[in-house]
Amino acid sequence: MENQVAWQESLLPIAGVQLRLRRAGKGPPLLVLHRDTGTPDQLPAYALLARHFDVLLPEHPGYGQSERPGWMRSVRDLAVTYRWLLGALGLSRAALLGLGYGGWVAAEMASMAPGDPAQAMLVGPMGIKPPQGEILDQALLSHIDYARAGFHDPKAFEAVYGAEPSTDQLVEWDICREMNFRLAWKPYMHSLTLPHLLGGLRSPTLVAWGAEDRVVPAGTAEAWRQAMPQAAVEILDGCGHCAEMEKPAELVRLVATFARVA
Amino acid sequence: MHIMYFTEQPMSAYPADKGLEFGATALMFPNTHFDPAEGSRLYNEFIEQYRLAEAVGFDGIMLNEHHNAPFCMQAKANVFASILAAITERVKIVILGNPLPLSENPVRIAEELAMIDMISKGRLVSGFVRGGGQEQLATGANPAYNRERFQEAHDLIVRTWTQPGPFRFEGNHYHQRVVNPWALPLQKPHPRIWIPGVISKETVGWAARHRYPYIALNTTVEQTNAIWKLYDSTAEEVGFRSGPEYHGYLKQVHVAETDEKAIENARQFTWMQGEFTGLAHPVWSTPSGYSSPEQRRGFVEFSTGRGTSPRRRPTFEEQIRNNMIIAGRPETVIAKLREVMEQTRPGIMSLWANDGFMTQQDSLTCIRLLGQEVLPALRETAKALDLKSPFEAETPVSLQFSTDLQPRAVAAE
Repeated sequence: MENQVAWQESLLPIAGVQLRLRRAGKGPPLLVLHRDTGTPDQLPAYALLARHFDVLLPEHPGYGQSERPGWMRSVRDLAVTYRWLLGALGLSRAALLGLGYGGWVAAEMASMAPGDPAQAMLVGPMGIKPPQGEILDQALLSHIDYARAGFHDPKAFEAVYGAEPSTDQLVEWDICREMNFRLAWKPYMHSLTLPHLLGGLRSPTLVAWGAEDRVVPAGTAEAWRQAMPQAAVEILDGCGHCAEMEKPAELVRLVATFARVA
Repeated sequence: MHIMYFTEQPMSAYPADKGLEFGATALMFPNTHFDPAEGSRLYNEFIEQYRLAEAVGFDGIMLNEHHNAPFCMQAKANVFASILAAITERVKIVILGNPLPLSENPVRIAEELAMIDMISKGRLVSGFVRGGGQEQLATGANPAYNRERFQEAHDLIVRTWTQPGPFRFEGNHYHQRVVNPWALPLQKPHPRIWIPGVISKETVGWAARHRYPYIALNTTVEQTNAIWKLYDSTAEEVGFRSGPEYHGYLKQVHVAETDEKAIENARQFTWMQGEFTGLAHPVWSTPSGYSSPEQRRGFVEFSTGRGTSPRRRPTFEEQIRNNMIIAGRPETVIAKLREVMEQTRPGIMSLWANDGFMTQQDSLTCIRLLGQEVLPALRETAKALDLKSPFEAETPVSLQFSTDLQPRAVAAE
């Protein structure tokens, strides 16, 4: 099928855990960092990305089928682990595409090696405290309500997860949530130091945001712009937090254009 | 037999219809529905109940703690324990318990408990708990590290009480530059530690491995006996022989002059008897990481309305039938409690005697009847069944301070 990605799967021993990596496509390497709700195996956006990039889609340690590192305490730890992964693969200069929570991971990675990523592309990233409003607290919401809040159009949610997500899906979300708590409980889903460490970024940087984001207010883009004055900011109309699931064609066009132009 | 009086200190004076409308009476149920004037009245009524409980012959008063909810007014068990230390003279002050993971500094808890022990002249029993799920959210404690924090805080408190200071403590969750408090418990080696809980196997096993009595909180007879089986086999593994002196049981028991009146009042036990903590929200009562992984599927199904609660409670009539709630005039209650004691053989019993909108007068009558008529009968039964408390059996306070251990020999391969 055109929309199905033929992933090559491997388990890589990184930082003492078995990390699950899926890889597919042709083009420059692109590390895709998934959300705090994990990632489905297949998404139209992944199929579109694989046309332009050598897509690397790991599952964060402790999420999905990647082993949980009991010692891991912060999103910065997660970022170091991914720097280690890219180094081990000889792809330290891979472009980064971070989705929501994964955008925070990507930003931490870029802050550690400010010239390394071919491009750093952050989509509705967590990681910086919104100047107005708050990052939606999943601890107070059911797994389904939280996942639904990521979409502006309920139909887009149902297209990915179905109107009634399976119990297996709920279990997977719960495993993700437990790891989110382990890494980002307090301060919740943001870093107090990250904004001060992004000023040295030399990689071309894109911040894309769904105009209707109910998880991380779109106004937070301004805080990112202040932290990274050279970043390009793009707003996606009629789109919630999960842009790659709600507006896959638009987002991939944006990403591919930015990566090529840059 | 050690017999305690317990009230959950219900904040009954709130608009119940608002709770039903909101759909939950915990965590996020707005505290604009809390009335401090009524709170003041109720706190003082509870003090009156505790004074009477001591006067009529209870051995102990059991205290607990919860947050952000009307079903329990105690936001800090150590506050009431301090009050009891000063206003009572004989009863044990049994805190079941301090929710350790909620604390950022367990040494402060060790200090407070040491003060309570000294002021009460050595009457403190210091239980520890993990705290409910929504307690973690109410206080910002990370639910994913709940059990780790519980164990580490416990270790630090016991060391604070028993290891001469100053010393340094570097754990995973707690880091203390100098542990050297100038407040140490009167009781040596340290106050007794009892662990209350429901059906968590991890907690039962943990209590047994430390030789701490386990207090089963309002469990069914079958659940209670299953808990003892696990407790006793774990005890055997670590080298001591378990028995009634390690088994505690909390029961909802209400006495009035007549069976009819007692049953009518006992309906108040269902007042906040929804999900574990009253009308709770399933997501808040079980945050991710708080429960053991094998319960994950059950809880996510429950939280979306696909499954029944793993902590489901039966109807009032069913609870009366199976002795989950015991209510009646003294003779009725004595007979039923005797049956339960024969079935479960506890050395520690806690009588949860009122709840909800029960009037103060009915609560005081209940306490008086318990003291005058029920307690003497229970003591006789306990004697006949040889149900000794840890005090009567003079058990060591913990495995660490045991000198009689005989760990089970590992079977030859």
